[in-house]
Amino acid sequence: MREEKKIRVLVAKPGLDGHDRGAKVVARALRDAGMEVVYTGLHQTAEQVVEAAIQEDVDIIGLSILSGAHLTIFPRVCQLLRENNAEDIIVMGGGTIPDEDIEELISKGFARALFTPGATSAEIVGWIRKVTAEN
Amino acid sequence: MSAKEKKELPSQGRKAWETCVDGLPERPQKFMTVSSVPIKALYTPDDVPGLDYQRDLGYPGFYPYTRGVQPNMYRGRLWTMRQFAGFATAKESNERYKYLLSQGQTGLSVAFDMPTIMGYDSDHPRAFGEVGRVGVAIDSLEDMETLFSGIPLDKITTSMTINAPAAVLWCMYIATAEKQGIPSHKLGGTIQNDILKEYIAQKSWIFPPEPSMRLITDIFAFSGQHVPRWNTVSISGYHIREAGSTAVQELAFTLADGFAYVEAGINAGIDVDSFAPRLSFFFNAHIDFFEEIAKYRAARRIWARRMKEKYGAKDERSLLLRFHTQTAGCSLTAQQPENNIVRTAYEALAAVLGGTQSLHTNSMDEVLALPSEKAVLIALRTQQIIAEETGAIYTIDPLAGSYFVEALTDQMEAEAEKYFERIEQLGGVLPAIDQGFFQQEIADAAYRYQLEIEQKERIIVGVNDYVIEEPRQLDLLKIDPQIEEEQIKRLRVLRAKRDNAVCGSRLETLRRAAGTRENLIPYILECVRAYVTEGEVIQVLRDVFGEYKEKPIF
Repeated sequence: MREEKKIRVLVAKPGLDGHDRGAKVVARALRDAGMEVVYTGLHQTAEQVVEAAIQEDVDIIGLSILSGAHLTIFPRVCQLLRENNAEDIIVMGGGTIPDEDIEELISKGFARALFTPGATSAEIVGWIRKVTAEN
Repeated sequence: MSAKEKKELPSQGRKAWETCVDGLPERPQKFMTVSSVPIKALYTPDDVPGLDYQRDLGYPGFYPYTRGVQPNMYRGRLWTMRQFAGFATAKESNERYKYLLSQGQTGLSVAFDMPTIMGYDSDHPRAFGEVGRVGVAIDSLEDMETLFSGIPLDKITTSMTINAPAAVLWCMYIATAEKQGIPSHKLGGTIQNDILKEYIAQKSWIFPPEPSMRLITDIFAFSGQHVPRWNTVSISGYHIREAGSTAVQELAFTLADGFAYVEAGINAGIDVDSFAPRLSFFFNAHIDFFEEIAKYRAARRIWARRMKEKYGAKDERSLLLRFHTQTAGCSLTAQQPENNIVRTAYEALAAVLGGTQSLHTNSMDEVLALPSEKAVLIALRTQQIIAEETGAIYTIDPLAGSYFVEALTDQMEAEAEKYFERIEQLGGVLPAIDQGFFQQEIADAAYRYQLEIEQKERIIVGVNDYVIEEPRQLDLLKIDPQIEEEQIKRLRVLRAKRDNAVCGSRLETLRRAAGTRENLIPYILECVRAYVTEGEVIQVLRDVFGEYKEKPIF
């Protein structure tokens, strides 16, 4: 059997809000699904998130935002990835994000997918496997 | 009938019933509470064998207060209907407060934005994109004056959800009252000021535990002398529960925090009866009706017993566990959000039957955004319907004596005691935080709950069953991004027009005091009176105290 490279994910909590229940549940579910998960902990700046992503050589960044600051944080993370030639890292996220803002973030390319309350870990795991395979 | 027959009849009855029920099929679901505690099909006197009315329940307003903290409960006065609100700017929040007061709300509850909660001014780089988003932005006394403009602070009570920088916002409130000509001893209200649950669950900390606890005991001492009607800490289980804990964990960890504050006060040399009466609590009302009611009843009994027996409180008011309740945000669903009205109504009823002193009912759209005015009104009306129409509140603690509720109350108490022992073995609350004990317990419970939903052991209507195709979301409250710019502009104007020499010297005096053991509240008050900003005060304290760092676990 060929040994497959494990998918590496950075679960990040950018911004000031402390709601880490969702981030931790997702981190654990991804780990249980066999991925390598790095969790940044709370109160990260976009710079810290991108630095950690590059340092940890991750395939994917998951941003958890429940502070309403998603429209500034996602674009900022994407910009920093570009500046650091790390655009190949896929950006996804989750949290309390209204439908309208989801459409905006996805259509402008600031996030590949956003999972909101009610999403299951199976959906998230399935999606990550699919996009990382395509990459 | 002989004495022998009399004694045997109930057990024969039980046996017959058990034989009968064993032969009947049960639905395949697990019968367990929202905290995964199994529930029996039937509770009988066998489940409360040693129940002693006087010792375990007593009368309302009398030790051990299981049945309530006032002798007449809601027949005397209804609970305070206190809707948590705050968004955007002080001016807009002030308008929302006046609207709520005009609709019969009886107390205010301020939600601050994240930069204010974390001690950053609106123009700090860390505040970028977050100003006014999840609450109101307050940078200086000027904003606080606007927030309460036209609201007489001696006529209402105000609760402020602020923790790490609580001392600063509290001083701004006192100074705002001074400007209205109201002396501090006439002020009533609450600051959340519960830093322990921040390390445990809510995660909005600034300083390390030791200086944080010192600020809290400074507040105890200052309040005792100058603001005697103020609730100096609202010891909060709400956030512990929202972070995913079970009901027992919420109960045990919150009370453990409460005892830690009591010990901190006593160790700081303050008489327990001079500050304990001003400690209040804040619990969650989750969807599991009876479990929640048992939780509130157990909480009152545990608190009273420990305060009396362990901490030697003599003043009866030190024994009273008074609490605010908020319905469970984490029980609400983004799917079919109107169903949240129903969930909230059951949760609110549990809080009221559990004897709460004040209540916030969540709005149906809070899972999606800050609540719209219409949603808030329905949430407030939910409380008014319970109070005025249901008749559920006419008699005190109506579920007392229910075999089920009493057994559950006892069970909660016993389980909480087990947690107290484990915390003790870890060296107390602060060492347990340091070892990640609470954080891990909560993360485990949250993960288990999520798995139960995904494996359909637990059904959430509209989420993993009874699902429908839905149109777009409700009309949501939008925060204009312009607000951030305007707030920053106002702050810059303030910095230009205030007396910066005075501000600078008061900050230096504060810095020096922070390095001693002096009470810091008078120094902070002097700063905010001169329109020193929140961020400036916190930065000085951060320089002296340092910052807290968490080891991230999941």
